[in-house]
Amino acid sequence: MGEKVLMKGNEAIAEAAIAAGCRHFFGYPITPQTEVAAYMSKRMPKIDGVYLQAESEVASINMVLGAGAAGVRVMTSTSSPGVSLMAEGISYIAGSDVPCLIVNVQRGGPGLGGIQPSQADYFQATKSTAHGDFHMLVFAPSTVQETVDMISTAFDLGDKYRMPAMVLSDGMLGQMMEPVVLPDARDPDNDSKEWAACGHGNKREHNVVNSLYIDPRELETLVRKRYERYAEIEENEQRAEEYLTDDADIIVVAYGSSSRVSRSAIDMARKQGIKVGMVRPITLWPFPKKALLKHADHAKAFLSVEMSMGQMVEDIKLAVECKVPVEFYGRTGGVIPTPNEVLEQIIRINGGDQ
Amino acid sequence: MSDLNVLFAGFGGQGILFTGKVMAYAALVEDKELSWLPSYGPEMRGGTASCSVCISDKAIGSPLVVNPDVLVAMNLPSLEKYMDDVVPGGIIIVDSSIVQREVEREDVKVVRIDASRIAEENGLKGAANMVILGKLFKETGFCSAESLDLGLQKSIPPKKAALLENNRKAIALGIEN
Repeated sequence: MGEKVLMKGNEAIAEAAIAAGCRHFFGYPITPQTEVAAYMSKRMPKIDGVYLQAESEVASINMVLGAGAAGVRVMTSTSSPGVSLMAEGISYIAGSDVPCLIVNVQRGGPGLGGIQPSQADYFQATKSTAHGDFHMLVFAPSTVQETVDMISTAFDLGDKYRMPAMVLSDGMLGQMMEPVVLPDARDPDNDSKEWAACGHGNKREHNVVNSLYIDPRELETLVRKRYERYAEIEENEQRAEEYLTDDADIIVVAYGSSSRVSRSAIDMARKQGIKVGMVRPITLWPFPKKALLKHADHAKAFLSVEMSMGQMVEDIKLAVECKVPVEFYGRTGGVIPTPNEVLEQIIRINGGDQ
Repeated sequence: MSDLNVLFAGFGGQGILFTGKVMAYAALVEDKELSWLPSYGPEMRGGTASCSVCISDKAIGSPLVVNPDVLVAMNLPSLEKYMDDVVPGGIIIVDSSIVQREVEREDVKVVRIDASRIAEENGLKGAANMVILGKLFKETGFCSAESLDLGLQKSIPPKKAALLENNRKAIALGIEN
């Protein structure tokens, strides 16, 4: 482990990916994630890596598909509108069982929207990325250190389950600096994947990486097999952090930046004697249903706090099986909720002024 | 001091983000929990640049400082925009070379320092931000003098090492005045 340094979230994403053995980056600049690409453009040439600024996000994601199919550890990063452009490629990657890392440093939408922090791409990341039956692993960091730790986890689990992984950050986490300790660098492992379509000097049968299956029964069988893998992931890979939940009457559910704001609000509410805690999803897919459901028996209400018009709140309702009311508070368009606003909601749900 | 939330604000080019960075690095030296959050994008173009710095012994919640313990206002729009947000008992530090406006609040400590003039008269044009940082250090004691100097050293990239001495002088002037 290295010494503690100050890093911007975006730069930390890039350095963590390099430490995790990634030597292939394809991307296209967009605020507020451009520092990831800028950092990679400086570092990759010095370590025999590939940094390529493509002509568009459509091109970058297809380069990711190509590199991933060849078995190398590969990533791209972008911000919200860029993910929309990548949609088709991501579906092809999922349909080809190719692992890769996609970073979304979210900004306000829809459309070109704005460039301030947002969490309005939750649906996109967890449910409606593109056409077809598929999922991505989706990780939501809440600090710069957690971002660093998550990058290697996302790569490793992507490899393990042969699927795309997304780290869902936002403009606030990308632009801010916090102390981080970077992990020891791992050697790039670019040739241990038996299924990869790479040069082998005719020593084996050739591998094919493909997402086209004309026979519907063959395609159905393949998708069903993939969903068996997804079920295994939902069973084993749910991650969440709990904060003051043991005696909580109210459970705030928030991820990423809005969980930071919520944590401040919870500390304020606790000082007023309100029993409130938080479940912070670390994986958004698989959604941490187990961590939520176990509080449905003692909590009187859940409150979803999001930087959107209310997206994750639907998953919370499903997770708690309608046993308790699930309320929502959000700001959108790039507006960050304040701890006071969240505190007001907590007080309201608790039954008004103390 | 266990918790300190500071909001630096002024024109782009006054070194607002850098001032916050020195403070953040000083806190890093002392192994504190900290966050540094800049304004970015159109907020910064022509208008006010701002920077939130949180220092604590505990994990930082929201890194966006909405109600600062200390507001550093290096221009009039920043003072007018944020002065009512300062917590009661907090501090407002104003560069009085640039901002003449009075602060009507009775429940905060207003520290006026002629930072731009002091910097210029000492051959340190452009270092008003460091004069103010010296003042902020004196008012709050947010770290030790050694940590502040180490923080400054860490904030200046090797290519610009020649600027270290002038920044040191400017900080010292802020502490004295």
